[in-house]
Amino acid sequence: MADEPRTNDMPSVRGEANNLKLVSRATYFKEATLKNLFLLCAFMAVAGVALIFVFVGYRGWPIFSEVGAGNFLFGMEWLPTKGLFGILPLFVGSIVVTLGALLLGTPVAVGAAVFLSEIAPPKIRSVVRPAVELLAGVPSVVYGFFGLLILRPIVADLTGGLGFGPLTAWIILAIMIIPTIATLTEDALQSIPDGVREASYAMGATTWQTISRVLLPAAKIGIVDAIILGMGRAIGETMAVLMVVGNAPGFFRGMGEPLSTLTSQIVMDMPYASGMHRTALFGMAIILFLVSMGLVLTVRLLSRLREETS
Amino acid sequence: MKDMKRITNALALAVFWIAGLTTVVVLGAVILYVFVNGIGHLNLAFIFTKPHGVNAEGGIWPMIVSTMYVTGLAMVIVTPIAVLAAVYLAEYAVQGRLVRIIRFAADTLAGVPSIVMGLFGLALFVEGMGFGFSVLSGALALSFLMLPIVMRTTEEAIRAVPKFIRWGSYGLGATKWQTVSRIVLPAAMPRIITGLILATGRAVGETAVVIFTMGTMINTPLLPTDPGRSMTVHLYQMAMEGINLPAAFGTALLLMVMILFFNLSARWLLRRNRRMQG
Repeated sequence: MADEPRTNDMPSVRGEANNLKLVSRATYFKEATLKNLFLLCAFMAVAGVALIFVFVGYRGWPIFSEVGAGNFLFGMEWLPTKGLFGILPLFVGSIVVTLGALLLGTPVAVGAAVFLSEIAPPKIRSVVRPAVELLAGVPSVVYGFFGLLILRPIVADLTGGLGFGPLTAWIILAIMIIPTIATLTEDALQSIPDGVREASYAMGATTWQTISRVLLPAAKIGIVDAIILGMGRAIGETMAVLMVVGNAPGFFRGMGEPLSTLTSQIVMDMPYASGMHRTALFGMAIILFLVSMGLVLTVRLLSRLREETS
Repeated sequence: MKDMKRITNALALAVFWIAGLTTVVVLGAVILYVFVNGIGHLNLAFIFTKPHGVNAEGGIWPMIVSTMYVTGLAMVIVTPIAVLAAVYLAEYAVQGRLVRIIRFAADTLAGVPSIVMGLFGLALFVEGMGFGFSVLSGALALSFLMLPIVMRTTEEAIRAVPKFIRWGSYGLGATKWQTVSRIVLPAAMPRIITGLILATGRAVGETAVVIFTMGTMINTPLLPTDPGRSMTVHLYQMAMEGINLPAAFGTALLLMVMILFFNLSARWLLRRNRRMQG
C-alpha cells in the first residue's frame, strides 16, 4: 500500500535541456508544461481530500460550535426531534458491529490467505483466488439483500427476535472484509523469501510448524496492516449494515436486538432531516472521515516501521 | 511425540483447507441465491420497459440507463486525470515530500467511506455548485471514488513496463513525453484497461454515493443534468419496502451479471496480455 518504489531513472527534462542542450527551447517548454500538467492531475487526489474536508466540514461545523463537541460526541441520546444530538450510542454501535465482524472475519481471512499462499495445489488456487477477488466485487447492497432475506430469518430463529441486529451485521460484514484482509495477508506471506521456508523444513518442521512459528510471525506487520484496512472497510460500510442492523439508535443490548451505526443513521435520516439535524449528520460524516484517515495514517506508520526493521 | 506432530499438522492443514474453501462456498451461495431467485424475472420486457404503478411493477430500463450513464460519465471524467496522475508518479516524480503527500492523499481518498463521499457530493455538486440531483453530480462524486483506484492500477501497469524499452526510445533521441506517450503507455495499455474495468465495476455497485447525488427519482436521464435512480438504489428501495421482491431479485441478478462480466473480462484481458508477453 505505502511502498514507494523509485522512479524510472533517466535524467529529468530540465537536466537534458540545461546540461546537454539536446532539445530546442520549444521542446523544452512543451515537456516542462506537460510535466506540470501531470503534476496538477496527481494533485487532484490532494484536492479531493481537501475538498471533502472543507465542504463536509463547513456543513457539519455548526454542530460543534452550537450544540457543543461534548454534547455531540459524548451525548448519550440521539433524539433529533427533541434537540438531542448525542452520537455516542451510534459510535458505540459502529464499534460493536466492526469489532464483531473483525473477530469473525479475520481468522477465516488469514486462514484463506495461508491456504492460498502455502497449501493450496495450483489447480485449487486457481479457483479460490478468483473467488476471493469476486467476493470483493459484489456490491454491498447485494450483500445487504442477501443478509436481509437469508441470514435474518436464521438469526431470528437463533435469538428469538426479528433478526435485525448486530449478529446479522457481523456475519455479513465478516464476509465483506474477508477479501480485503485475505488479499493483503497473502501479499505479506508472498513477500517472505523462500529461503526462510526451506530453512524451516530443513530443520524437520512440519508445514504447520513452519506456518505458525516462522511465516505468520514474519508477516505480522503485514497482517496487522490488513486487519486495520479491513476495519476501515467495516466501519465505513453503509448499505449492507443499514439493511440488516435494525436502525434503532440506542446502546448495544444484545446480539439480536436492533442497533444503529453512524453510517446507517446518516442514510436513514438524510432524506427528511433539516436544520441542526442535517448539520449533525454532516458532523457524523466528519467523524467517519477522520476515523478512516486515522486508520490510513496508522497503516503508513506501520509500513515505515516494517521498512526500518527489515 | 512424532505422531502428535503429524496429527497436529494434519488437523491444522484441514482447518486451512476449510478457511480457503469457505470463501468459495460463500461466493457460490450468494451467486446461486441471486441467480435461482432472479432468473425467473429476467426477460427482455424486464430489461427494456419502464416501471409503472405504485410498487414499480414492470421493467427497470430507466435504472439501467441511469447506472450506465453515471458510470460512463464518471469514467470519462476520471480516466484522463487518473492516468496522467499515474504517469507523473511513475515517470516524472522525484521522491520527496510532495510525492509522499500525494500518495497519502490517494490512500486517504481510497479509504473514505462511501457515505462520506455521498454527503460530500451532496454538499459540493448538488447544492454548492447547483447541479441538483443529477447524473452529472453523481458522476463527479463517483470520479473521486474511482480516482485512487485507477491511479494505483495505472501506476503499477506503467512500472511493469521493462526499462530497456525506455532506454531504446531515449537512445533514439526521443524526449520524455514522446517516450511516455508512444512507448510506455501503449505497452502498459492492457493493464491500464484492466484497472479501468475493475474501477467501473466498483462504481456500478456503488449505492451510498449515488443515492445522495443522483437522487432516487425513477427517470430515464437524457441530459447530464437530469436526475435518475441507479440499479443499486432501486434494489435497496425494493428490498427495504419489501413489496416488490421479484423486481428486487431481477435487479440484483442483473447487477451481479454486470459485475461478473466486468471482473471476468478484466481477468481475461490480463491473462491474454500475460500470455502474449510470456
